[in-house]
Amino acid sequence: MFNQSHTLSNILTMTQRNLLKTLHDPDNFSDVLMEPVLFTLLFGYLFGGAIAGSVHAYLPLLVPGILIQSILNAASGSGQQLREDINHGVFDRFKTLPIAAIVPLAGQLLGDVLRLLLAGIMALLTALVMGWRPTVSLPMLAAALLLAIFIGWSASWLFALVGLMAKNAELIGSLSMMIILTLTFLSNAFVPVKTLPSFLQVIVQANPVSYTVTALRTLLTTGIWGLHATVALLCGISMIAIFMPLSLLAYQKRA
Amino acid sequence: MTNPNMIQVNHISKHFGNHAAVQDVSFNVHQGEIFGLLGPNGAGKTTLIKMMTTLLRPDQGQILLNGFDTQTQSRLAKQQFSVTGQTAAIDQDLTATENLMIFGQLSGLTHRAARRRATELLAAFDLVASAHQTLATFSGGMRRRLDLAVSLVGKPKLLFLDEPTTGLDPRTRDQMWRVIKDMVASGSTVLLTTQYLEEAAQFADRIALIDHGKLQAIGTPAELGQRVGGKQLRLQVTAAKMLAEAQRILQAAIKQPIQVGQRSLTVALADDQLPVCAGLLDQLAAAKIGVSQFAITSPSLDEVFFKLTVGKN
Repeated sequence: MFNQSHTLSNILTMTQRNLLKTLHDPDNFSDVLMEPVLFTLLFGYLFGGAIAGSVHAYLPLLVPGILIQSILNAASGSGQQLREDINHGVFDRFKTLPIAAIVPLAGQLLGDVLRLLLAGIMALLTALVMGWRPTVSLPMLAAALLLAIFIGWSASWLFALVGLMAKNAELIGSLSMMIILTLTFLSNAFVPVKTLPSFLQVIVQANPVSYTVTALRTLLTTGIWGLHATVALLCGISMIAIFMPLSLLAYQKRA
Repeated sequence: MTNPNMIQVNHISKHFGNHAAVQDVSFNVHQGEIFGLLGPNGAGKTTLIKMMTTLLRPDQGQILLNGFDTQTQSRLAKQQFSVTGQTAAIDQDLTATENLMIFGQLSGLTHRAARRRATELLAAFDLVASAHQTLATFSGGMRRRLDLAVSLVGKPKLLFLDEPTTGLDPRTRDQMWRVIKDMVASGSTVLLTTQYLEEAAQFADRIALIDHGKLQAIGTPAELGQRVGGKQLRLQVTAAKMLAEAQRILQAAIKQPIQVGQRSLTVALADDQLPVCAGLLDQLAAAKIGVSQFAITSPSLDEVFFKLTVGKN
């Protein structure tokens, strides 16, 4: 009953809407521009000496972790953005249009990829300024960035679900923050896993962010697409497979 | 496919928890009609509009839009209408043109057709000068005009307007009404809610009065007026001391209970009693009673509204 090509072009129209909206108000980018810089500087200079002996020695360990954290932070904005739009009433209008229900959600999240890209680039640039030097070719660097963005985008469906379930934007902000902190700190993103108590090691090793960070480290130091990268990719696909239908359901039922 | 009834609402009910927002409401809206939905705040108007526009599912009953069921054929039903007003907004952060373009493309127009339609509507709604400004700079009236323009992008057969003129100055209101009447003249059907009763009486072909989620009355403004008692004769004398004599003359001519005010008398008047009024004036003149007002009035929609609705209080 739904014409697939119409749905696709409608999603592109809705993506365009989101981009126009963001570009009209560049303040929307201030968080994704500032947070990666701040966190890269903070983590690098605070923990570098304690964890790796020096800031310079910590950077290769830190960069993959801070890259995925910055991108997850940027992805969490999608949930709040959805809620604001819904509260404002424009989504009610979308709902009365003869378009597939996925269109407004997918359009929002696809448009937000630009935010993820900016956050990733800012994190890498800050690390460069601090003295980090990639040892791999530019295409490999780009592959690492793309993998991180894909994982961030898969997670944005989880943040969208939070945004659709919670009615209040502040609650969404703090829930998203808890999710990000749990996912990134209970992983190998910032600390060596072997320093953790054994029960935590089990949790950390099951965390998709750990796979992503390991995959990014391998990509950024050796330029090899390893098993971890494939596992991370599958984790991302699974997250989409779980949270996209749930978000759609929440959107149709509650919003 | 044409259907003489653009909207068919059949025994619709909706509960929120224990609160019955809409109870067993049924009515039809004919093709080409301006249909007004009136009722006090909280009467269930918005709930009804939300159900008709597929935003809410009724607990019971069925709604057909141009023959298509809003629940089982929602996609086809959605192709029949567009909605504007309180229930659905437009993008604050986009320009007027962008809003029109986006909704045009989502309504199935190609990029080029959407641009053409946007240009057309900007001209029709007097928004050309602000075409490339975001809504942040718009006045309330401009926003409302753009809101309506966006609704017309896909040339809908049926238009739901949720309080289209609330909060507008008289000039802008007039402009909105011109647009709405133009739409109806070109074959569209309009269902609207409004708080301005005289506006509804003036422009709506038929009116449904809703209170406490129930349909209290439905009909043309004139028909509704008759429900509260038809015409009245009101006469005012120049001095209070003449009132008793005037009352005696009036009572002799019209055998209905008279409401007596300080200097005024009001009495219900049947249609066949109109000729009596001419003789009445002569009699009053003969009795040297000074008359400062002598008026035959139809009940206003306000009176209908007050008589047939209670509201939340």
